[in-house]
Amino acid sequence: MTTLSGAQPTTGVDTPDTLLSDEIRVAGMVWERELIRYTRNRTRIVSGLMQPVLFLFVLGYGMSGLVGTTGGFNFRQFVFPGVVAMSVVMTAIFSAISIVWDREFGFLREMLVAPVSRTALVLGKTAGGASVAAVQGTIMLVLAPLVGVHLTPLLVVEVIGLELLMAVAMTAFGVFVASRIQRMEAFQVVMQMLLMPMLFLSGALFPLNGLPAWLAVITRINPLTYAVDPLRRVVFAAQNMSPAARARFPTGITMFGHTLPITVELALVVVFALAFFVLAIWGLSRTE
Amino acid sequence: MTDLTLEGIELRKQDTGPPAIDVRKLTKRYGDLAAVDGVDFSVAQGEVFAFLGPNGAGKSTTIKMLCTLAHPTSGGARVAGFDVVSRAKAVRRHIGLVFQEQTLDDQLTAEENLRFHAVLYGVPHDQVGPRITRVMDLVALSDRRKDLVSTYSGGMARRLEIARGMLHTPKVLFLDEPTIGLDPQTRALMWEDVLRLRDEEGVTIFLTTHYMDEAEFADRIAIIDHGSIIALDSPSALKASVGKDTVALETTDDTTALDSLLSAGYTAERTEGGLTVFVADEEAAVGPIVAAVGVPVRTVRAHRPTLDDVFLHFTGREIREQHGEAIPMMARAHGARRS
Repeated sequence: MTTLSGAQPTTGVDTPDTLLSDEIRVAGMVWERELIRYTRNRTRIVSGLMQPVLFLFVLGYGMSGLVGTTGGFNFRQFVFPGVVAMSVVMTAIFSAISIVWDREFGFLREMLVAPVSRTALVLGKTAGGASVAAVQGTIMLVLAPLVGVHLTPLLVVEVIGLELLMAVAMTAFGVFVASRIQRMEAFQVVMQMLLMPMLFLSGALFPLNGLPAWLAVITRINPLTYAVDPLRRVVFAAQNMSPAARARFPTGITMFGHTLPITVELALVVVFALAFFVLAIWGLSRTE
Repeated sequence: MTDLTLEGIELRKQDTGPPAIDVRKLTKRYGDLAAVDGVDFSVAQGEVFAFLGPNGAGKSTTIKMLCTLAHPTSGGARVAGFDVVSRAKAVRRHIGLVFQEQTLDDQLTAEENLRFHAVLYGVPHDQVGPRITRVMDLVALSDRRKDLVSTYSGGMARRLEIARGMLHTPKVLFLDEPTIGLDPQTRALMWEDVLRLRDEEGVTIFLTTHYMDEAEFADRIAIIDHGSIIALDSPSALKASVGKDTVALETTDDTTALDSLLSAGYTAERTEGGLTVFVADEEAAVGPIVAAVGVPVRTVRAHRPTLDDVFLHFTGREIREQHGEAIPMMARAHGARRS
């Protein structure tokens, strides 16, 4: 035991600074930590469901009276994909913002001083937040039959895929924002000033077509718009909707008089996700 | 001082290989202020080396540069054989760090915290389990391995952090004010852990502290003030440099007692209200002295120079030379605070 590291010559042992396999392992560990923390925190799972459930049932029933039923289709069915998206977005942002807590409680330092790249850390954090958010969004699907939304196996797979993409973009966005926040008090402000407007202006709760021009412009700038619409498209495609219902509850985003194809919307989300990812690495590199 | 300097050299001779830390003219400036001003020292492998100084003396800045968290303005350092500037990542891989503030995730178990760290520092898969068992044993926390860190006391959390710092078998373990905010028993326990690590894992330990009694455990101490090292030696040598051990006596008849002592071969003198005997080792001397005085003894006070005396001696002189008489009182206040 006495002839361990201390007695060995310390020079000349020269390993490469970074191995790709090590970086992937680090990202995996950061991802695992997010999952452990998520499953360990039951109140977070429940409270994360509360708000979307409120929107689905309270707003859903409240607005149904106003909007009425068209061809057997009502506002609750319309708002369901939006509420699923809302659940994903809020969980993703909440996961990402935990970096502010990590900073407050010192654990961020443990990560930042380690001989690993910021990219591996952001990758793990994003993957972790996205997984948790997709799980949370998928739990919401249990409520689908209660509001008359018909699920098929294919639809569930499509929804999970879209949730993951949306969650990656929003977690990366959240990590970027969180990396620039030094104190916890700022977190509430960010939530109020960024998250709520983004959700309300994304088409999650009302159709985006036929809005006043100024509002239409804002919704088109909002990255979340392009993540919510594909979700609603695939859900509606699996429903047995009459042409009247389709006209009453339209999908698709029009821009310059054209309706964007779903592939363009998804491509935009991918671009946003990559941009936020790069920004998040940059943001985290500026700390410590 | 001569013989004591020799002791220091011998200490370094015991170890083979290059120094664990080698610092040359290390300087860090913030504007006009030199936080660390041309510091030179080297730490042998397996040594416990303490950086002692008041707040703002440059301890933290030095440790930050050695851990590659801050860039030197000039000069340089090699840690575990790697240059702290050009090979920062290699340095980080070969050092363990325990910060002043806690850096654990208290929503994870101790084991999960350690596993996370093992992956961050590239501990090979098959060694992660055995290493965790080993370091948890070293800090005597094995039975709390599966517990959430949120259930740990402050002292346990700190020991877990030390275990974590050792997990990836670093060459050098840096402890920045490791016992700050811990009660005396926990501090003692932590020191047992640290010395055990050195003995069993052969790690070099570099720590900063402003607790005098804590620096006693170190093989060598560097006293730093105003960004410069003003004394560097073993604790006993530093203490010897400020004076000998003394035994102070009050007897019923001091004149007779003094004669008896002088004729018994002691070096002693009359002082205000009693006698002072100068000895090599106060503890061993008390008994024979009391026996030798030949008259009833009222009080006995044995005193060995402490690091408080050393610190006061060095910083006081240094400060007095530069700024006159007012400031040594501050040094005294600081030195006295922890005693």
